[in-house]
Amino acid sequence: MSEAESSTPEPATFDIQASHVAREWKYSAPFIGCRYDPTGRYVFAASMDFTIQRWDLQDDSHTTFAAHESWLRGIGFSPDGQQLVSAGYDGKLCFWETAASPAEGQAVAPTREFSAHEGWVRWLAVHPDGKLIATAGNDLKVKLWSAETGELVQTLEGHAKHIYSLLFHPGGELLLSGDLQGVVNQWELASGKLVRSLDAKLLYTYHGGQQVDYGGVRCMALSTDGKRLACGGLHKATNPFAGVQEPLVLVFDWETGEQIRTHEATEVPRGIVWRLVYEPDGTLVGGIGGQAGFLTFWKEEKTEVHKLALPNTILDLDQHPSEFAVVTAHHDNHVRITRMTAKA
Amino acid sequence: MKCNYACNSPEHTIARRDFLGRLAAGACTMTGLSSLVHPAAAAQIAAQKKRVLSIFLSGGVSQFESFDPKPGTLTGGPFRAIPTSVPGIHVCELLPKTAQQMHRLSLIRTVNTNNNDHGLSRYQIERGHAQSATADFPHIGAIVAKGLDEGTSPLPGHIHVSSGAGSRSSNSAYLGPKYASISVGTNGGLQNSELPGGMTATINDQRQAFRRHANERFLQRRRTAETDAYVESHERAIQLMANREIFDVTKESEKCAAQYGEFDLGKQCLLARRLLEHDISFVQVSHSNYDTHAENFNFHIEQLGEFDQAFATLIDDLAQRGMLDSTLVMVLTEFGRTPNINYRYGRDHWGKGFSIALAGCGIQPGAVIGAMNKDGTEIADREVKPADLFHTYLRAIGLDPQSEFDIDGRSVPMADPTGMAVEELLA
Repeated sequence: MSEAESSTPEPATFDIQASHVAREWKYSAPFIGCRYDPTGRYVFAASMDFTIQRWDLQDDSHTTFAAHESWLRGIGFSPDGQQLVSAGYDGKLCFWETAASPAEGQAVAPTREFSAHEGWVRWLAVHPDGKLIATAGNDLKVKLWSAETGELVQTLEGHAKHIYSLLFHPGGELLLSGDLQGVVNQWELASGKLVRSLDAKLLYTYHGGQQVDYGGVRCMALSTDGKRLACGGLHKATNPFAGVQEPLVLVFDWETGEQIRTHEATEVPRGIVWRLVYEPDGTLVGGIGGQAGFLTFWKEEKTEVHKLALPNTILDLDQHPSEFAVVTAHHDNHVRITRMTAKA
Repeated sequence: MKCNYACNSPEHTIARRDFLGRLAAGACTMTGLSSLVHPAAAAQIAAQKKRVLSIFLSGGVSQFESFDPKPGTLTGGPFRAIPTSVPGIHVCELLPKTAQQMHRLSLIRTVNTNNNDHGLSRYQIERGHAQSATADFPHIGAIVAKGLDEGTSPLPGHIHVSSGAGSRSSNSAYLGPKYASISVGTNGGLQNSELPGGMTATINDQRQAFRRHANERFLQRRRTAETDAYVESHERAIQLMANREIFDVTKESEKCAAQYGEFDLGKQCLLARRLLEHDISFVQVSHSNYDTHAENFNFHIEQLGEFDQAFATLIDDLAQRGMLDSTLVMVLTEFGRTPNINYRYGRDHWGKGFSIALAGCGIQPGAVIGAMNKDGTEIADREVKPADLFHTYLRAIGLDPQSEFDIDGRSVPMADPTGMAVEELLA
């Protein structure tokens, strides 16, 4: 680990212009996913070596969680932070004790694991009340699982292409699922019915020359006031096989379901918006990976207001539960924490 | 380009007349086979004729995501290895149907073109020589067509099935235009192959006879390579028109079409089977595209999903029809993809050790030749070069790669003399 900042008290002022990399950890393999636990004590990062790596922000101690047989990008927690849930490209759903302490040199093993889907699970989301876990599979199914028992509660079918992202509405009654073709389905959990589909097809490209589907709803975020839904991904995919594209965010009015604006990111070559989060003041923060990695900040009805170049491409991002900070996963074997405050 | 065909030698004149005569005789033979011979006997006859099918995975399919998985390594990517119908042989989980045909296939996992350029590496794979500024070499299809051509088929011996159609290539080099590939598609059968509206077959026969007569007079004094190519193309087009139903995959049952897949590659493989059934010596199907510098894994799910269904159905179909023993099937690509996974989830070009698959005529089934190291970064055992592959293909179908073509009195080796067949793979 390199410590770029002393452990002085966190300044309370949100200042995106002052954003800076505050901490970073290096591992032996690239990272493709990352999450804070709900208490903000730990950072969990998913590596290409099939493991989850945990860092304790209090003392920098480092622990390995191992059970998956493939990559994983789906990480979630029970609301109290006691239980970690992960879903991977091996189709498995694993439950873990978040704060587990294995013997020296040992990896943490899951408390429960089972096969959840045929093929990859690309996204995992935990219901706001913590009782349900949603997973999105390459089998074109969204599945809802009991967090307590692990039993399958419901299967939602309706996507024609791979499902890339999930988002529970904070009200707890709705689930959103976004797919490769830019279809965002809104499911009513009580009935299991598809109640609305939003059109995010600007994030989808069928490239006739290469005869491939490309793009998709790579991530979603709902503003803290509940009025805006943002969907991230890419557009202008002139050469999908070479990753020639530009990042794009679509913003929808939640009430009407109409797309009301787009956000682009300038000078982010070959970028993809891998994760979006809303800060409490309505600032939208995007983790964009391309030839370089950028944190990009957009305000309502404005083009990007700030952009911070990170040392390497970004493949995932998560928001600290209480501080003005984000964690990012990088291909150069690093996990980095960026504070959106002035340096102490 | 002038050539010494203008010498007016009797051999050349006779050869061309002989060719036209064979075309007519071939048409009768074909009619006889399809309508008069018992199906079992027809299968036996068909089995005696050797043919070659090449399925070319354009752009460079990843060996890790196909025939040489390295699960659990940093180079291996996210996919798992699955067992096949041959104990001990595993392939990537993206090929579940192909895995069930493994007892009919063999793999070479250590092909080395030592070249990461699409065109140059593909040239080596398809022509068995490095590309040279001073010499052009024929495509394997041209060599097979010439080597296996019995002069009894009314159809060209070298056909490439593609999404486009109707074009003629110049890939036969010194073997001449007769063995260059003709490109055909699957959409609506053979395009532009019907007589113009209002023209009867009788009138058409009469105008073709007149054209031939005029050509004969002209060629007696002015014969060149260009005129030969022109005559050749014209006569081939007429025969293609006469046999247009062979190219129409809608003649197959819906069930059969569904098994192959309702996508382009499925239709193309079905058309390939129909062409092989009608004794086309060499058929190539290309599947585009695997040049996945970004999102290699997503694209391989999509592309290999199509390949797996179409290819496994085709292999099983050929076997069920008794054609596999007489058909050499080759799954080729110009190179593999890098062990390193780049920041775009992509893999780049890798010519230093990749996989191909072979099956059928002359090939020992269920074999694996060569091994990469644990991470797939270096050849650990039994390097195989493109020239070696060429010798292997030719030996498998009964041609002698050490023999020579007589090209205008000049001896040209059929295959690169530096190559050696993979003996342990030959049945």
